[in-house]
Amino acid sequence: MNFASKQIAAQPSPPTCLPWPREIVDRVGWLDFAESLAKGERELLSLWGESSSVHMAVLEEREPRLRIVTLECPEGSFPSVGQLHPPASRLERAIRDLYGLRAENAPDERPWLDHGRWGVRHPCNDPEKIDSASDSYAFLPAEGEPLHQIPVGPVHAGIIEPGHFRFSANGETVVRLEERFGFVHKGVDQLMAGASIERAARLAARVSGDSTVAYSLAFSQAIEAAFDVNVPPRATYLRALMAELERLANHFGDIGAICNDAAFALMHAQCGIVRERILREAARCFGHRLMMDRIAPGGVVVDLEQENVAALFTLIEWIELMTPRLIALFGDTTSLQDRTVGTGFVSEALAKQYACGGYVGRASGRTFDARKAMGYAPYPQLTFEIGAAKGGDVDARVWVRFDEIKASLRIVRQILDEAPQGPIIAAWALPEDWTREGAALVEGFRGDIFVWLRIRADGVVQRCHLRDPSWFQWPLLEAAIKDNIVADFPLCNKSFNCSYSGHDL
Amino acid sequence: MQKFLLQGLLRRALTEQAPIPNPTSIAELGYTLERTARQKLGRSLSIREVDAGSCNGCELEIHALSNAYYDLERFGLRFVASPRHADVLLVTGPVTKNMREALERTYAATPDPKWVIAVGDCAFDGGVYCESYACVGAVANVVPVDLHIRGCPPDPTTLLKGLIAFVETMS
Ligand code: SF4
Repeated sequence: MNFASKQIAAQPSPPTCLPWPREIVDRVGWLDFAESLAKGERELLSLWGESSSVHMAVLEEREPRLRIVTLECPEGSFPSVGQLHPPASRLERAIRDLYGLRAENAPDERPWLDHGRWGVRHPCNDPEKIDSASDSYAFLPAEGEPLHQIPVGPVHAGIIEPGHFRFSANGETVVRLEERFGFVHKGVDQLMAGASIERAARLAARVSGDSTVAYSLAFSQAIEAAFDVNVPPRATYLRALMAELERLANHFGDIGAICNDAAFALMHAQCGIVRERILREAARCFGHRLMMDRIAPGGVVVDLEQENVAALFTLIEWIELMTPRLIALFGDTTSLQDRTVGTGFVSEALAKQYACGGYVGRASGRTFDARKAMGYAPYPQLTFEIGAAKGGDVDARVWVRFDEIKASLRIVRQILDEAPQGPIIAAWALPEDWTREGAALVEGFRGDIFVWLRIRADGVVQRCHLRDPSWFQWPLLEAAIKDNIVADFPLCNKSFNCSYSGHDL
Repeated sequence: MQKFLLQGLLRRALTEQAPIPNPTSIAELGYTLERTARQKLGRSLSIREVDAGSCNGCELEIHALSNAYYDLERFGLRFVASPRHADVLLVTGPVTKNMREALERTYAATPDPKWVIAVGDCAFDGGVYCESYACVGAVANVVPVDLHIRGCPPDPTTLLKGLIAFVETMS
């Protein structure tokens, strides 16, 4: 592979995307990128479409650096990346459903988000009216004498999001799991197109409710990159504070829920208390338990009052006291170990191939963390360790989450100690002249969230692409459950806790 | 483990007290709820939660109702796994077109008498997603709704209050 020649082949295109310029490639260049992904020289961060072009964001392996490449495809099709690199496949199916652009030689041509019920085909690009049909979908076959199928969902037994799982099992042992999603598809791409920046920010905050802070942060950073807005230092600290509180609340909630699925309700109850206290403190400090709509392009919309700093310190001290006890309870309880160790294994190779972020990737040896790799403020000023494990099982994913809890506690302490005073939002105005593009990659609790957007000269969003970490985690759940018993599925699923809403968009 | 059990004996309960003489408090409302629910439905009210396209924010707060602070079950209210066991469907989300049939079928599977409570701004009118090609919008466009609990998402206290108001108006 000759990197130098490709660099020359790729030309920056107007409007320039910031902070990573978008490069135009031809079909050969596009396939070169796909090949380098397949060889593991690069990692796929996202793949998305527009009216007559497709874009791909990749991570350069050698010098953590992001690149965005574009292929114009006025004839409505592009060479499939998925044929060489399977993680692209679902994204290509989604592009076809929403934008009508076809991936040539794609390994899987079935629709993905489109269940035939919208009344339109490719709604985001020259929509074509159709009659809503009934939903028929060809699941992959799993054949053999003793095999039987177990369909589950979209409505599940618990208070969880809707999706469909098709298990092929041999007795109790899962031979294949096939996921089918799109049930919570809300048409966010199309709602974004033509929205004002304020409305778009509200939409971004509601892509996945448990990651509302992270999505607002990613969206705001992309806008700030596009318009070259300097966020005041205090605002960056408050953003990180919210992001870490969100991470803490989710990790405690999830650890509790995982243990609950292993019939250990005591952990669930204890973790639920910690989560509730965090949310109450968040509501007191920022006026919303989930901190929705508190981060805006330019900064944050609420300041942290001095009296709340003390309350947050008290909260952190209490969590610091609780955490070792919860760790001991988890680590010393053989009935938990019995269920979690060795269950739902994800190999290192698979985690790397899928560029799998968050605790799922980190529990399988992939240590990417956008806070470190992208180095957005204020993280370079803070000291913290990223969790890592190699076990790849449910147990490892819980331990990585405990590591992340410790790191977040440390970060919150530093923020409370060191956050500078000053303004919390930068005044900025839309330049009236030209179209702008921006992108961002931030670390949500579940993994890295990617945003790319283009703002038209009249100040409205032309296209905003938001990529949830779940896109690259859901496929690994299919792999993780293989050869486990059906009854261990809830446990595995909780240990991943992928987003449905963020994925279906 | 022993430590936890021992602490459990020594510490005061987290669950927020029921009989506080403040008419707006969760606890007092909870008491009314308990009494009315028992009159109407005997021992308990079974709730089946249906996510019909939510962003999951509403679910997080519905989950919180079961934590030690709110402890929904002390009021005789509990979440059940199947619509066949439910008296009430608690529905969230701007009902996506891809979930519409699932919601209709869940409703049909719930035995009479049954009630629907729509939770969140999305369930009220589609919220931020109301103009989407992919959403039906309000839950009331798909199944009859007896009560809306607004908020994005409504916090657990608001949810509790709503549930209480619901039980009171059932008569
Ligand atoms: S009301 Fe708000 S929190 Fe609830 S589903 Fe809608 S956007 Fe999410």
